[in-house]
Amino acid sequence: MSPPDFDAALQLRIADLQARYADCLDRERYEAWPEFFTADCVYRIVSAENHERGLPLAVIDCDSRAMLEDRVMALREANIYEAQRYRHILSTTLVTGREADAVSAETAYLVMRIMRDGATMPFSLGRYLDRVVEEAGELRFARKLVVFDSRRIDTLLAIPL
Amino acid sequence: MLDPADAAQLSARPNAREWPEGGNARIPYRVYMDPEIHAAEQRLIFQGPTWQYLCLADEVPAPGDYKTTFAGEVPVIVTRSEDGELNAFENRCVHKGSLVCLRDSGNAKILTCVYHNWNYGLKGELRSVAFQRGVKGRGGMAEGFRVEDHRLRPMRVAELAGLVFGTFSEATPELESFMGPEIVARLRRVLNRPLRILGHHSQYLNNNWKLYVENVKDTYHAGLLHLFFATFKLNRLASEGGVVISESGGNHASYSRRRTIHANAEYDQARLRASRNDIRLADPSLLDSTDEFGDGINVQILTVFPGFVLQQVENSIAVRQVLPKGLAETELNWTVLGFADDDEAMTRRRLKQANLIGPAGYISMEDGAVGNFIQRAAVGAGDRTTIIEMGGYGHASDETRTTEASVRGFWQAWRGFMGL
Repeated sequence: MSPPDFDAALQLRIADLQARYADCLDRERYEAWPEFFTADCVYRIVSAENHERGLPLAVIDCDSRAMLEDRVMALREANIYEAQRYRHILSTTLVTGREADAVSAETAYLVMRIMRDGATMPFSLGRYLDRVVEEAGELRFARKLVVFDSRRIDTLLAIPL
Repeated sequence: MLDPADAAQLSARPNAREWPEGGNARIPYRVYMDPEIHAAEQRLIFQGPTWQYLCLADEVPAPGDYKTTFAGEVPVIVTRSEDGELNAFENRCVHKGSLVCLRDSGNAKILTCVYHNWNYGLKGELRSVAFQRGVKGRGGMAEGFRVEDHRLRPMRVAELAGLVFGTFSEATPELESFMGPEIVARLRRVLNRPLRILGHHSQYLNNNWKLYVENVKDTYHAGLLHLFFATFKLNRLASEGGVVISESGGNHASYSRRRTIHANAEYDQARLRASRNDIRLADPSLLDSTDEFGDGINVQILTVFPGFVLQQVENSIAVRQVLPKGLAETELNWTVLGFADDDEAMTRRRLKQANLIGPAGYISMEDGAVGNFIQRAAVGAGDRTTIIEMGGYGHASDETRTTEASVRGFWQAWRGFMGL
């Protein structure tokens, strides 16, 4: 049963944001990826193990949209890795909190990694812990915490989750 | 410590084919491909007279604390016993060989094998056997069985600057002699006060463990494979630095000083991949480093044979444990560190600079893939060899990083232990 304050329109807007976010990465439109975030956003990829033990280390740890832009520039121009892309499978988004100016939401994800020869593996499994705000009519992530359960990272992580 | 049967088995040499001409400058690809060599490494190196990095002392701070880890492929338990001592032993019940500890870490007074409830003390000694005297006068262990005669196979343990190492062999020299004084000094340069664990990464490499260790020791590749600094105009191979190699060859420390960078024509010629001139960091706070050790060295990479790495990249400090997982797979366990006296700004600086290292590190992610490129390419190479001649044929310390001396040092040590 839905809680009494269930807001179907809000639920749909957040789910739509998640779907567009995943689609952006899966279509390899990495240059557009930072636009999903606020200028002073926090984006961190952390293992469930570190997260649960209160250890602050992240695999990727950004505290500005400019840092996300640097990630994209590095993965396009500097870092060397074999051609690969992702396919995100997302769960239904659960809205977990509402404040005057922000919404908290959780969405589970499975990212399959497809290598250039077609070899496909479950690369990362986890959940997004998001704080979403509205800026000029657009929903953006003020915080996106990617908590991955799958602990081991196979080979390398170049493309964001 | 070793019974004679173990000793004979552990010292059996692999079928020694003739090493190709060229000594440590020519490595036959079969060392990465041959299951017999892999099995021999487990006996002669990982259970032989070398020190294995096991964990940090801070991971087992209190009496009763334990942590499971590995020495090569052998599962190991590290404990802190009631007397405050560190202990390490094989995680294999003496009865039927089951894993005794099934958790990553915990605190216990007694370690109990779940299979038949055999109990061990924190020093690995067998304390009791379920139904040793049988039930109602029937069954029970044979007459001559004494719990005092049995224990989990122990390791010698040594602690240095908060790091815990273990060895299964009584022949291993003391840890500091094994490392060599110049390496111990470089290690203490970084790990000079109480630590704080910031977190862990686990990275899985689809290549033989030696390909990763060679990569860490290879000071030649740094500016050529890792283009992050060059692309963003942040560093040059020509910056001042060098490599220190222990007498055994197996341990090394390479270092560089960023503040002496200057543009260099040889370097630009060597760069085959075009780079754009207009690329700069949009958020340069990533590299807001401090010269925390006061000597201008901004990168120091240190290894201890066979599988320990200590890294200082700017203010990002980490230890890496290289664990073979079969012939062609390797787990790389990173423990990222700060110091107990770091303030909030310093901790934030270290966490931000951790973007440089680890599985997604700007200057380390390539190292996760390049070993696999070799593992796949060299399938048919057999007794053909690599060419490791940069800087000549020896493995002496040098005041340049454009050398493969420390890679040759690794092979010097490896061949010694393997008898190849």
